[in-house]
Amino acid sequence: MRPLSVVVRTGCDLFAWFLIVFGASIIIHGDVTPGGGFQGGAVAATFITLLLVAYGGKKVFSWVRMGIFNGMLLFGLMAFFLLGLMGFPNAFLYNFLAIPHEVVQATGHGVIPPSGTIALMDIAVGIEVAGALSIIVLSMFRGIRLFREGPMEEESGHDR
Amino acid sequence: MIGNAPFFVVGVLFLMGLVGIFMSKNLIKIAIAVSILGSAVNIFLVALGYRAGGTIPVHFLAGEGTTMVLPTPQAMTLTAIVIALATTALLLSLIMLVWRHYGTLDVDEIRRLRG
Amino acid sequence: MKKIIFIVSAIILGALVVGAVDNIRPFGEPGAAPMDDHFIARALTERSSENVVTSIVFDYRGFDTIGEAAVLFTALCAITALFREGRKKQ
Repeated sequence: MRPLSVVVRTGCDLFAWFLIVFGASIIIHGDVTPGGGFQGGAVAATFITLLLVAYGGKKVFSWVRMGIFNGMLLFGLMAFFLLGLMGFPNAFLYNFLAIPHEVVQATGHGVIPPSGTIALMDIAVGIEVAGALSIIVLSMFRGIRLFREGPMEEESGHDR
Repeated sequence: MIGNAPFFVVGVLFLMGLVGIFMSKNLIKIAIAVSILGSAVNIFLVALGYRAGGTIPVHFLAGEGTTMVLPTPQAMTLTAIVIALATTALLLSLIMLVWRHYGTLDVDEIRRLRG
Repeated sequence: MKKIIFIVSAIILGALVVGAVDNIRPFGEPGAAPMDDHFIARALTERSSENVVTSIVFDYRGFDTIGEAAVLFTALCAITALFREGRKKQ
């Protein structure tokens, strides 16, 4: 695909980083305002889509490799499972970092918010969903290049 | 019937999606109709959990001493939206492969070619 | 011929849907909901989280969220496997 005109490219330059900041704000304030992990991850995945539409496929694939999003996806899933397995003497997915409301109002709390594993799981799921949706869009875009000579008769691929 | 207007909207959207699946000739239009069907069911789930005079189920934004709407259907709808998204992505990928193999996206032609 | 059958059955289905919407519970009165009252009363004092919906998704019903993450991962594997090029036969 070729890059679009100067107007579209300038608009993309102004907006693209704002999308990541907005998505991160929705993910991190997940246990205070409406939103949370899944919604923020979907907003943060539109960053790669906007770049792909405005700049064309060749430039975007020279800037970023697919391994980054694979790493984000695996990090999110592993963190979610580990937080579940760490509550094990009581139950699976037990909230072992939570502090009840009266204790928080008497004394303070540390770096981790008093809702415990809810806030940490929010961030893990947000990173995972952002990586997964970006990989879906990039894979479907790379599949267009296979058809450049038009519809084919027999199947290529799957013959290893 | 005027009091149940949200459920009426859900019924109309469901019928539009169903008629779109039956009467379309293009595969992309069938995929869009399936997506409309999924959205209608999600609206129905959220509209079932309304209490008259209730506020948003977040303690930070709600006032003091008011009742809240039911939060469990909203949690189920989050899961349903993500699963519908995964289904739509897989459906569109299969449509791309059908175009590459048959050369056309018309439902009647594909049934006749039998490649 | 097929179109006539589809249109007639769509009209019958439309009449049935309108009849069902009239007889459903009136909008705004969901009846008794003991589980949701339990969640609303206890989400702030036990877990100290102000968003009740997020605490249901990740804490009280966290097992459903694991299933949803698994579905997303499976769809991703299927899409990536469909768009691969094999080695061309020499």
